[in-house]
Amino acid sequence: MTPLPRWADVVLLPLLNVVLAFLVGGLIVLAVGQNPLQAVGIMLYGAFGYGSGFGYTLYYTTDFIFAGLAVSLAYHAGLFNIGPEGQAYVGGLGVILLGLALNGAHWAIVFPLMIICGGAFGALWAFVPGYLQAKRGSHVVITTILFNFIATSMMGFLISRVLKPVGVNSDESAPLEAITRVPQLRTFIELFKNSPVNLTFFLAIIALFFIYWLIWRTKFGYAVRALGQNPVAANYAGISNQKMIMIVMAMSGVLAAMVAVNNVGGVQGRLILNFVNGAGFVGIAVAFMGRGHPVGVGLSALLFGILYQGGQELAFQMPGITREMIVTIQALVILFTGAMGDMLRAPLARLLARSSSPTGAK
Amino acid sequence: MTSLHPTNAQRSEGTAAAPLAIELVGINKHFGPVHANRDIHLAIRRGTVHGIVGENGAGKSTLMSILYGFYTADSGEIRVNGTPAHITDSRHALALGIGMVHQHFMLVDNFSVLENVVLGAEDSAFLAPTLNKARTQLKALARDYGLEVDPDAIIENLSVGQQQRVEILKALYRGAETLILDEPTGVLTPDEADHLFRILGKLREEGKTIILITHKLREIMAITDEVSVMRQGAMVKTLNTKETSPGELAELMVGRRVLLRVEKGPASPGKVLLDVEDLVVTDDFKVPRVKGVSFQVRAGEIVGIAGVAGNGQSELLESIAGMRDQLLGTIRLNGEVLSLEGDDGAARARAAGLAHVPEDRLRMGLVTTFSEWENSILGYQHSYGSGAGLDIAKARATAEEYIKKFDIRPPNLDLKTANFSGGNQQKIVLAREMERNPDVLIVGQPTRGVDIGAIEFIHNQIIKMRDAGKAILLVSVELDEIRSLADRILVIFDGKIVGEADPATADETELGLLMTGSHAGDVGTVSEPGTLAPHETPVQQTLTQMSPQDNSGKDPNQ
Repeated sequence: MTPLPRWADVVLLPLLNVVLAFLVGGLIVLAVGQNPLQAVGIMLYGAFGYGSGFGYTLYYTTDFIFAGLAVSLAYHAGLFNIGPEGQAYVGGLGVILLGLALNGAHWAIVFPLMIICGGAFGALWAFVPGYLQAKRGSHVVITTILFNFIATSMMGFLISRVLKPVGVNSDESAPLEAITRVPQLRTFIELFKNSPVNLTFFLAIIALFFIYWLIWRTKFGYAVRALGQNPVAANYAGISNQKMIMIVMAMSGVLAAMVAVNNVGGVQGRLILNFVNGAGFVGIAVAFMGRGHPVGVGLSALLFGILYQGGQELAFQMPGITREMIVTIQALVILFTGAMGDMLRAPLARLLARSSSPTGAK
Repeated sequence: MTSLHPTNAQRSEGTAAAPLAIELVGINKHFGPVHANRDIHLAIRRGTVHGIVGENGAGKSTLMSILYGFYTADSGEIRVNGTPAHITDSRHALALGIGMVHQHFMLVDNFSVLENVVLGAEDSAFLAPTLNKARTQLKALARDYGLEVDPDAIIENLSVGQQQRVEILKALYRGAETLILDEPTGVLTPDEADHLFRILGKLREEGKTIILITHKLREIMAITDEVSVMRQGAMVKTLNTKETSPGELAELMVGRRVLLRVEKGPASPGKVLLDVEDLVVTDDFKVPRVKGVSFQVRAGEIVGIAGVAGNGQSELLESIAGMRDQLLGTIRLNGEVLSLEGDDGAARARAAGLAHVPEDRLRMGLVTTFSEWENSILGYQHSYGSGAGLDIAKARATAEEYIKKFDIRPPNLDLKTANFSGGNQQKIVLAREMERNPDVLIVGQPTRGVDIGAIEFIHNQIIKMRDAGKAILLVSVELDEIRSLADRILVIFDGKIVGEADPATADETELGLLMTGSHAGDVGTVSEPGTLAPHETPVQQTLTQMSPQDNSGKDPNQ
């Protein structure tokens, strides 16, 4: 089969998948007796229509960019990291420990250290599956899933038994002081009032550029891609598969842990149970929809940000559409862009091959 | 080799009287912008062996896939026994009496011969009646065509030649009257190939029709009655084999005159550059494949290692190249001991001045999803850019240079490597490995799946490297290639060097026998079990401890 041209692969195919998902979602909305067009309108208004809503959209987008990049980076090395959820969760431990240790210090000092410390915890949580894959052949898909569970249990224990201050009823750590927290954009920009989007958003944008540079413009990225595309050829090229697997997994964990910087450092200001709230898993869909490319990851993270924020608006505005239905629509997007993302590939390739005249190139 | 069948004589009269088994009329097939088959007309007479030759990408496989029902032609007609047939899939093709023996066997390794033969052709839900019927039929087939295979043998215990016979039996059991064989001798020893041709001769005598796809002109000359030449998707000419010559066929295939013989001067060996001593290497399953091999390669000479695939050549190459850890032994490059432990040993081997053209370029030598320029620096990526960044401009300049020097086509360094033809892919690998000015070049199967035109070029490049004073170790299952390129031939069998020969004087039969282990020890034996010195060497001790099992018949690449 002739492959798709790059533009069709990166732009057209994901777009068609999203449209398809919305069409099916629209049918469901129609089936419960609501107006799908109105629903889309409310969704878009909720996501972009006013400052606070837009701020929330960007806040969700921040999470999804990091989780999406974590999955993408690993995927370029041929590794399917399903564990950003757990890595972000454990990363939160690093963030809060650092924050509490320096509680009261200015955020300008704490923020970079949070990135480093949280990143280190996330890296460790991803490194172990990487090590097991490299040295023992245990598949990262299995081990990262297991590590998600371990993270949930371990963090639950640590939060409720160790970090919870005496006299506090809910399961959460002691709070960070306002000056120590990563500042939210509303302190600088009036538009984002009441929304949690914070400086970590810019970190996410930087991460998008950095990962692009890393994968396509460095020797390391070259080795990562060689390993991902053909491990035997990578071995032939003298690239140590084992080292690369461990390094890439650790880096993937660092990216996932930035979700914790966003939430623990920038929004909650404390470590609460289950603060990741599925963002790590959404990252998998984001990565696949974005085809592992930072541009795609950025765009699909934004789409999921819109779905999350706009969906909440929708559930609030249209009583006929329940929270569960929003999740259904989100799931449809994941289904069509992720699991069935290649469904339209063959027909599209045929269509394009037919419409383009024979060039004689082989 | 085989007496000509009467139908051959009929055909020679130039009449259309002989019935046609298969007729292709005006077949066209496009793959996107590629016109793979252009208005193909082909008539194949019943009871003949019809050869189809052509370079890679000439459209032979596409044409046969259309005949076998894998693809549907865009236009044109297939006539089987004179009746137009619209073949929809391979089952349909079989029903019409067309069977195919693929280059890569489609057998279930852990099934018996009998089970493989009936697989997909069971008569009922219960297996026993089918198996009993098949056993009887298999006996008859074996008797009629000389296709002796033990029906109860497990496939993975059979040699490659025997496995191929099972494939032929499969087709015949299903009632095939026309057999398509795709590069059938690529994996066979000369002896096995001879046996195959005897079988084909028998089949022809019994009135079966055989379509033989091959790039080995010698085989075409030996067995076929007629031969069709394809080039760039078009049928160039169909010739009477008796009235043509390999030279003419090669010229038709390539479209220009081709030198079939390699021209090279005498070697002038210098100092030892590659010194391998008592090397023991195991495969992925810890089974020893290289069992105590020692040899030297000097500057300015080509040492060829001849052997049937699966006798340790792959492991030997991979171990010297640093891709596979050695269990025992020493590898010296330029007098320095190479330490290649770990999974990045290949980088150290390269740094020491060793270049490696791997046996399997698609699996190992190239990342086919990479663009051309990216593959031009595979293994040397560290020398592009001083810091973390990859100096893409420099890499592209290198690729540009290689494309010019090695005439890589199309000259498009952004094209995905998978989209180059086999010959051009091999040129990408060769350019990368040769242009680094290595001291030692190890080359595996340099022309496997490569067009005739490119073979000539590749051979000349290897000779040029030799004349520039490099030490070259050449491994090939093509005996012809070893004989025409190498200055010394070492024969490997079951992981051991069983003999050395001078290519100028070596006798083909003798080499063939050595390669199959039939009489190891006649020619310059290096090591043979049973005649060992009373005290065991460490190599022998290790091998004994590992209780090596006989895997000589198996090709790990299959």
